Amino acid sequence: MGKRHNIELMVGVFVALGMVALFFLAMQVSNLSLASGSDGYALSARFANVGSLKVRSPVSMAGVRIGRVEAVRFDKTTYEAVVTLRIDAGIDAIPEDTFANIFTSGLLGEQYVGLEPGGSQDYLRDGDDIANTQSALVLEQMIGQFLFQKAGESD
Amino acid sequence: MSLNAIAGLGRGVLSALTRLGRAHLLLVDILRGSGEIVRHPRILAEQVFNIGVLSLLIIGVSGLFVGMVLGLQGYYVLSQFGAAESLGVMVAASLVRELGPVVAALLVAGRAGSALTAEIGLMKATEQLSGLEMMAVDPIRRILTPRFYGGVLAMPMLAAIFSAVGVLGGYVVGVGLLGVDDGAYWSQMQAKIDFSEDVVNGVIKSLVFGVVVTWIALFEGYDTVATSVGVSRSTTRSVVHSALVVLGLDFILTALMFGD
Repeated sequence: MGKRHNIELMVGVFVALGMVALFFLAMQVSNLSLASGSDGYALSARFANVGSLKVRSPVSMAGVRIGRVEAVRFDKTTYEAVVTLRIDAGIDAIPEDTFANIFTSGLLGEQYVGLEPGGSQDYLRDGDDIANTQSALVLEQMIGQFLFQKAGESD
Repeated sequence: MSLNAIAGLGRGVLSALTRLGRAHLLLVDILRGSGEIVRHPRILAEQVFNIGVLSLLIIGVSGLFVGMVLGLQGYYVLSQFGAAESLGVMVAASLVRELGPVVAALLVAGRAGSALTAEIGLMKATEQLSGLEMMAVDPIRRILTPRFYGGVLAMPMLAAIFSAVGVLGGYVVGVGLLGVDDGAYWSQMQAKIDFSEDVVNGVIKSLVFGVVVTWIALFEGYDTVATSVGVSRSTTRSVVHSALVVLGLDFILTALMFGD
């Protein structure tokens, strides 16, 4: 009886350890609370060029993450990229004339959508379009422009 | 002469196929005995103890050292690009996605799989399995099924423990020894590692490996030639085949999960 009881105790401890490890992986390593973001509301924005913006890239305002990119698709009639942004439910007062930019975190980091609030008293609601957008900066284009400019100066 | 060689090839293929067929039949029989687990949960606890608890030490120690080595090597590469803050992401991603499930499966195959094969093989060699049958007890239901479920249950937990201990090992080396920023280690990790994408896929992987490793171990034991040489060969084969199948399956699962 004692031995059997011991085995059951050890198995219980083992299972508990496994659960703790999984919980640790969920909360400390992957931050489950941020990942479960299917609630909130959707906004869409049209960009001439999204650079390397990916699904699940962050959407931030004033540097704080307030949502994520839900979908990036191509509009074949206007030749624009349509980006769907999923904004956290608590952030429900984004002015209508908000500006959406695609920024890069660091020189070579990942790209994200940065929102700059406008001054309007009307707020964006689920499914609305952000009218003011600025495309991603493509490094090659910038270098090209820079070289072109330099060449113009030296003449 | 060459005809003999071709005939030998045919014989080899046929015997491999029949073994594969027998292995699948055995798996069906094992699964058919699943009711036994519900009726006698204590036998299952005993097998989880044998496979899981007794592997805990080697899993913990290996996880710690693998995490520490990842911390050292990752720091060396990342610091050359000025990205040492991403150390946490690198350590956690490699552990949760790959090394946790795979290395845990390889260790379990060596530590517990070989023991299972030897145990079952010896039971067969000493005619204990036939003895059970004489007493109208189905040896597959009574002996193999609990061991199978024990392995399947223990594997994901061992893999999770391996990954968790490894992340802590990387933390000890990266933050404690090499001076990576404490906050950056965790925050970058939390920002980049996704629960459903990375952690859950790792758990699915280790479940698959658990099924495969215990299945191979049980089949090799059950299918052994009932002599001492036969048992020793089966034990070797059990470890080698488990390792190969785990690595091959890992590639397929990785391609399916993270391929695009």
